[in-house]
Amino acid sequence: MTSPVSMTVNGKAVTATVEPRTLLVQYLREHLGLTGTHVGCDTSQCGACVVHLDGKSIKSCTILAVQAAGGTVTTIEGLAKGSELHPMQAAFREHHGLQCGFCTPGMVMSAVDLAQRKSDLSEHEVREWLEGNICRCTGYHNIVKAIQAGAAAMGSAKA
Amino acid sequence: MSAQGIGEPVRRKEDFRFLTGQGTYTDDMNRPGQLYAYILRSPHAHAELNGIDISKAQAGPGVEAIFSGKDMEADGVGGLPCGWLIHSKDGSPMNEPPHPPLAVGRVRHVGDSVAVIIAATREQAKDAAELIKVDYKELPAVVAVEDATKAGKPQLFDAAPNNLCYDWHLGDKAATEAAFAKAHHVTKIDLVNNRLVPNAMEPRSAIGEYDRATGLHTLYTTSQNPHVIRLLMGAFVLHLPEHKLRVVAPDVGGGFGSKIFHYAEEAIVTWAAAKIQKPVKWTSDRSEAFITDAHGRDHVTHAELAMDKDGKFLGLHVQTLANMGAYLSTFSSCVPTYLYATLLAGTYTTPAIYAEVKAIFTNTVPVDAYRGAGRPEATYVVERIVETAAREMGIDPAELRRRNFVPRDAYPYQTPVALQYDSGDYFETLDMALKASDYLGFPGRRDEAAKRGKIRGIGMATYIEACGIAPSAVVGSLGARAALYETAQVRVHPTGSVSVFTGSHQHGQGHETTFAQIVADKLGLTVDQVDIVHGDTDKIPFGLGTYGSRSLAVGGSALVMSLDKVIAKGKKIAAHLLEASEADIEFKDGKYTVAGTDKAKTFGEIAMTAYVPHNYPIEELEPGLDETSFYDPKNFTFPSGCHIAEVEIDPETGVVKLVNFTAADDFGRIVNPMIVEGQVHGGLAQGIGQALHEGCIYDRESGQLLTGSYMDYDMPRADDLPNFQVATNVTLCTHNPLGVKGCGEAGAIGAPAAVMNAITHALGIKDLLMPATPQRVWQAINPMRQAAE
Repeated sequence: MTSPVSMTVNGKAVTATVEPRTLLVQYLREHLGLTGTHVGCDTSQCGACVVHLDGKSIKSCTILAVQAAGGTVTTIEGLAKGSELHPMQAAFREHHGLQCGFCTPGMVMSAVDLAQRKSDLSEHEVREWLEGNICRCTGYHNIVKAIQAGAAAMGSAKA
Repeated sequence: MSAQGIGEPVRRKEDFRFLTGQGTYTDDMNRPGQLYAYILRSPHAHAELNGIDISKAQAGPGVEAIFSGKDMEADGVGGLPCGWLIHSKDGSPMNEPPHPPLAVGRVRHVGDSVAVIIAATREQAKDAAELIKVDYKELPAVVAVEDATKAGKPQLFDAAPNNLCYDWHLGDKAATEAAFAKAHHVTKIDLVNNRLVPNAMEPRSAIGEYDRATGLHTLYTTSQNPHVIRLLMGAFVLHLPEHKLRVVAPDVGGGFGSKIFHYAEEAIVTWAAAKIQKPVKWTSDRSEAFITDAHGRDHVTHAELAMDKDGKFLGLHVQTLANMGAYLSTFSSCVPTYLYATLLAGTYTTPAIYAEVKAIFTNTVPVDAYRGAGRPEATYVVERIVETAAREMGIDPAELRRRNFVPRDAYPYQTPVALQYDSGDYFETLDMALKASDYLGFPGRRDEAAKRGKIRGIGMATYIEACGIAPSAVVGSLGARAALYETAQVRVHPTGSVSVFTGSHQHGQGHETTFAQIVADKLGLTVDQVDIVHGDTDKIPFGLGTYGSRSLAVGGSALVMSLDKVIAKGKKIAAHLLEASEADIEFKDGKYTVAGTDKAKTFGEIAMTAYVPHNYPIEELEPGLDETSFYDPKNFTFPSGCHIAEVEIDPETGVVKLVNFTAADDFGRIVNPMIVEGQVHGGLAQGIGQALHEGCIYDRESGQLLTGSYMDYDMPRADDLPNFQVATNVTLCTHNPLGVKGCGEAGAIGAPAAVMNAITHALGIKDLLMPATPQRVWQAINPMRQAAE
């Protein structure tokens, strides 16, 4: 049994016909071909699948596509303006906040949500926020720096 | 040197695609007409496989085919091979039981593969798997090495009595016994190196494809070394000639060793795709990864260190039981032998060493190389026993180490366990670490913490690695079944841009940037003018891949050889164009000049002339500017360093807070300091993870994996770790053209011993099992309360 599910993804209205059990992450990856959102675990721990739903970060492996129907989703593919990186993406590059790149989309989307809440972030605040995002390459050291810098850049862009 | 050359913190070329979701990992790829494979796995640790009833499942919606081990066997598919032959003390070859990609007759660990279901969607394949009835006859299981060697315990293979794979040794037994006979003091310690699950964030994935028109088989896979997979799978498992087998490892989301090995699923999808003539994709989920990706470590060791009255090391005797798991994974056999016992000299002049290693089969996931591979285990033994010896002898741990370090003027230094260190300065790295960690200020910090009711400890570990594996003749004589060359092809295009085809593979290390920096440095280009191509056996001449911190030391050396050939050929072309003698041509900053004149040609002009020549020395020189080199290392490289950990323990909860971690490392010449620091950070997180968080636990009776998800296996999170202080000391490698040593594994090697030395220092105890969880620490603090409960 399948049914059409519609939502707005990265500014575009989309519809795909999916099973009720289809997760949002499968909807994005397998039906829309947005493979920037990754799946790193099956217990909602790793955060590689973080996207924004209606402006807030969520784990797209932990919500059914039908639950997101009618919503507005932003994925990592929707962040940069053409070849111009979003300030958070640019900060990850500048501070070497990524290595293999697999956790990176989830890290960046999670970080953007945090930075939208607060731009002057302490190391402690960033580390606490990242509880739901696992990185195996970087030891987090440079991710923390990148998020602090990215949040500051987003803050000054707003000001 | 250009601004993007060697030594510059150039921002990474690969980042744009990863940051914008444009990376192409294996599971991101889909082939036309592709079907999905799901692998039915054993829920039992040990069982006879008496029958598989697929009748109901075959009729499931979307199901295309179901195969079992017998189907593969009938097609003549071979077992997964082991790449290194170890001989026991008595000269007999190791026991090498067969490892069929799908089990035949018996399953030997939870997760052992039983059948493959291929269907139109992943969900349909999974649904159908639930309809398969497997007739298992459960057998008793054994998971711990201490149990597996005892009489009357379950036997995994008839051909391996007492579950023994090999009983190996290294070093001089008589000399070591003589050293102990004259010892003033002997320090003894029993250690467990806990089993770890590598947990690269990208789960493994494989797509098999077959082209009837050409007879070409293609495998897309999450591998650190696609040529190794082609070699092993082609020659030993599926018997496919290499011109009909292409292996592609696209973007790979971390490896840490676990993606070196040839896994069953690679053979299954490649074989099945040809069988059903449709592409077949398999992707592991994380739960599956826990029970199928090769695990790491898992040693039980007794060690004894003999010293004279001044603490000078006289002899070291080490006995280790190494858990191999249920089958021999690709490089499993060399990890607890040639990558372990050869490192037991550490940074010290211990004159006599004798190591004995028994490798044991158990009903667990196969164990193989994981970041450091043998060297973290060796460092843990050496540095825990040295620290313990310092405490027993009443000598400051830093001072005891200094008394025993290989002297600065002793290089090349021959150890008693086969290696010859080419360069290093352990005194300097120790001093750097002591200073950066404010070692001398520790008592003040301890007293301050005590006022707050907290217990502080400080611990250090020095380490030596043998990286850049390795001289092919040497490893061949030690049992390696393949040479360990690396290749690089430098193709200069007519307008002067460059493509490099390297047998190294990047899965986080940033080769697309660092290798481009080497090219930029040598040819006077920008990194944007250079593309690094890797991961495809159809594009790359050959390669042994990336592991053992070998990419820069071996792959980078091959690259330099090819660049030198390009420059030399360019000189001949320039001499012709400039009407000068080749001996008078100089090349610098991208320009060929006639020495002492202003006559010059740019590198781009030479490249253009090489390809579309109107004026060319065609009688003496072939056109083209495309050079390939194979580099065979002359020796291992020997990165070294000193790590210092400072911990603060809450006696009420047993929680260990890592308040400071300092790493001073010597990696030889550094190409990109930003990337090197990142590599150190990542290694440290894994080493600290081993000491404080991670432990793979099997139920000792049932053989069930108890830590099979991120809810049970404690991956280090951001709030578990501090910022790291890292520094580098440079002594150049003397035998490769870049002077580089490798940096990928160092953090994971030094950190566990440093952290455990700090914890045991704080608590005033000799040992504590890793990971030092709050429960274990609390029990160590409260032995009476533990006994009462």
